[in-house]
Amino acid sequence: MKQILPAHWPVILLAAALLLYPLILPGAFYRDIGVTFLLAAISASAWNIVGGYAGQVSVGHSMFFGLGAYASLLFYTLWGWPPIAGVPIGVLLAVGLSIVIGMPTFRLTGHYFSMATIAVAELIRIFTGTWNFVGAAIGLQGPATARGWWDLIFRSELPYYYLFLAVLAILLAITAVIERRRFGFYLRAIKASERAARSLGVPVRRTKMKALALSAAFTAIAGSLYVIKTGFIDPDSGFGILISVQMVIVAALGGAGTLFGPLVGALILIPLQSATNTWFGGGGSGLTYILYGGIIVLIARFEPGGLFELWRRLRNVFRKRLHA
Amino acid sequence: MVLLQVIVGGLLLGAVYALFSSGLTLIWGMMNFINFAHGEFVMLGMYVAFLVVVWLGGGPPVFTLAAALALFALGVGIYLSLVRHVIRGPMLAQILSTFGLALLLRYTAFWIFSANFVTLPQTSLAGTVKLGGLFLPVAQLVAGVVAICLTLALHMLLTHSTIGSRLLAVAEDRAAAMLMGIRPDRMQMLAWGLSAGAAGIAGALMATAYPWSPSVGETFGLIAFVVVALGGFGSVIGSLYAGLIIGLIQAVSAFWLGAIYKDIVVYGLFVALLWLRPQGLMGKA
Repeated sequence: MKQILPAHWPVILLAAALLLYPLILPGAFYRDIGVTFLLAAISASAWNIVGGYAGQVSVGHSMFFGLGAYASLLFYTLWGWPPIAGVPIGVLLAVGLSIVIGMPTFRLTGHYFSMATIAVAELIRIFTGTWNFVGAAIGLQGPATARGWWDLIFRSELPYYYLFLAVLAILLAITAVIERRRFGFYLRAIKASERAARSLGVPVRRTKMKALALSAAFTAIAGSLYVIKTGFIDPDSGFGILISVQMVIVAALGGAGTLFGPLVGALILIPLQSATNTWFGGGGSGLTYILYGGIIVLIARFEPGGLFELWRRLRNVFRKRLHA
Repeated sequence: MVLLQVIVGGLLLGAVYALFSSGLTLIWGMMNFINFAHGEFVMLGMYVAFLVVVWLGGGPPVFTLAAALALFALGVGIYLSLVRHVIRGPMLAQILSTFGLALLLRYTAFWIFSANFVTLPQTSLAGTVKLGGLFLPVAQLVAGVVAICLTLALHMLLTHSTIGSRLLAVAEDRAAAMLMGIRPDRMQMLAWGLSAGAAGIAGALMATAYPWSPSVGETFGLIAFVVVALGGFGSVIGSLYAGLIIGLIQAVSAFWLGAIYKDIVVYGLFVALLWLRPQGLMGKA
């Protein structure tokens, strides 16, 4: 098989499919799913750097997502900046926040980090809801009509699709480079055993900090992209716990700590989500989260490695049968 | 005088916080495991009480006992079917297991009971008593006093009984406990039952005094984190003090700053604690 096809053929096929998808299925409904899918894949891939590779399970990544989203719209509201101009500020704020979170919690191991992330995200969500400067419970709105191309407001979903696809490609390329570098080996060593990693000379705290900062930066970009498309943010859609939940479940379903795991997870979950929303109507969102909870429990109980691990095991079983 | 009233009200609620948080700290101390669904256990305790009152018309002793038994069974069931299998697995599986469970329980409750706030129908604990110039609702008074007694009872059980010694032995050194003829699996199952049972009783007690909806599980879960972090992970008596302190801080900040800010103050305190004293007030490093 290897002689006929290049080793990377699944990746090339996937890339081609993603590039051609909106041209093959041009309906507005399919394009909307495509854009939602890409956004979920970007957020989950960003989460994956610290939650998957480094094994530091954040359940409050919405704090970075919300920071990016709010930064983009806040400076539009204050001084009429185009939303895209808020991206670097959102990234800076997210990296700053990641240091504030990481400094105390990475001294400790285990569940402290998870507990701290969930509490800080909740703290920020409630606080944002009471702070008039950022629109309190009502939230912020972006420009209603484009003042120029730089506002990135398009009638069609197509430009968003390719913009998001480009960001996802960059993020995955960076992750792929990290995987092969010393930094990537450090991350996996920490995940396997923090104590063993430290005894072998891995700078554990600094490595975890770097991973969290990088992850936070890309999550903030995902938040900015979200508001550039929707033009609206409020405390729940920015900092809500369900935003964090989606990142965790998408990454864990595909395979946390694998390059394409989050993408595969999003590929399954986003169409499933829009299907349940269509079947069960407006009240379906509650059922979506029951489903999410059920999937998370099943993954944790039976296949913590996600679908990638399942695939690897099934393949091995199949090969053994073949050789037997 | 109003401030004193607020303080006493806060301490009474804080006692209930202490009761359900002692359940969380028990699991943490025993198994080095955080139950993200603990707040949902409290919420389920409230709905069990509600259903018992509506369907069977039982009084407070009946529905509190029912909530305790139902949640004890649920805790044992969750240990056997879920926790036992993930406890030696990767960290991701440990966190996701109860985190997913929390979502499952919370949104199933939303689906069944809707997001509306409910209160228990009039129980025998209605009315207020006047104590030295303070007007206290009977339900709050009973809930607070019963919660303190039960938290102390749990502490006594752990420190002054054979069962407690066995539980602590498993917590300290699983392998050595096994060599002493203790079955760790059975002890951990018991700990999960006690933990969820405590949450269930706390829920039933609060149901008599406060209105609630399925969303309270998330709030109580976070409050339990804060109490456990303040009291020291694994210390029941620590969580008693910490619960009272958190209840007091919440009530006073709601009184001075406004009701919206009470959770901000409490979560802010949690973050500050993680910065300054991660082992908790009573905990050992």
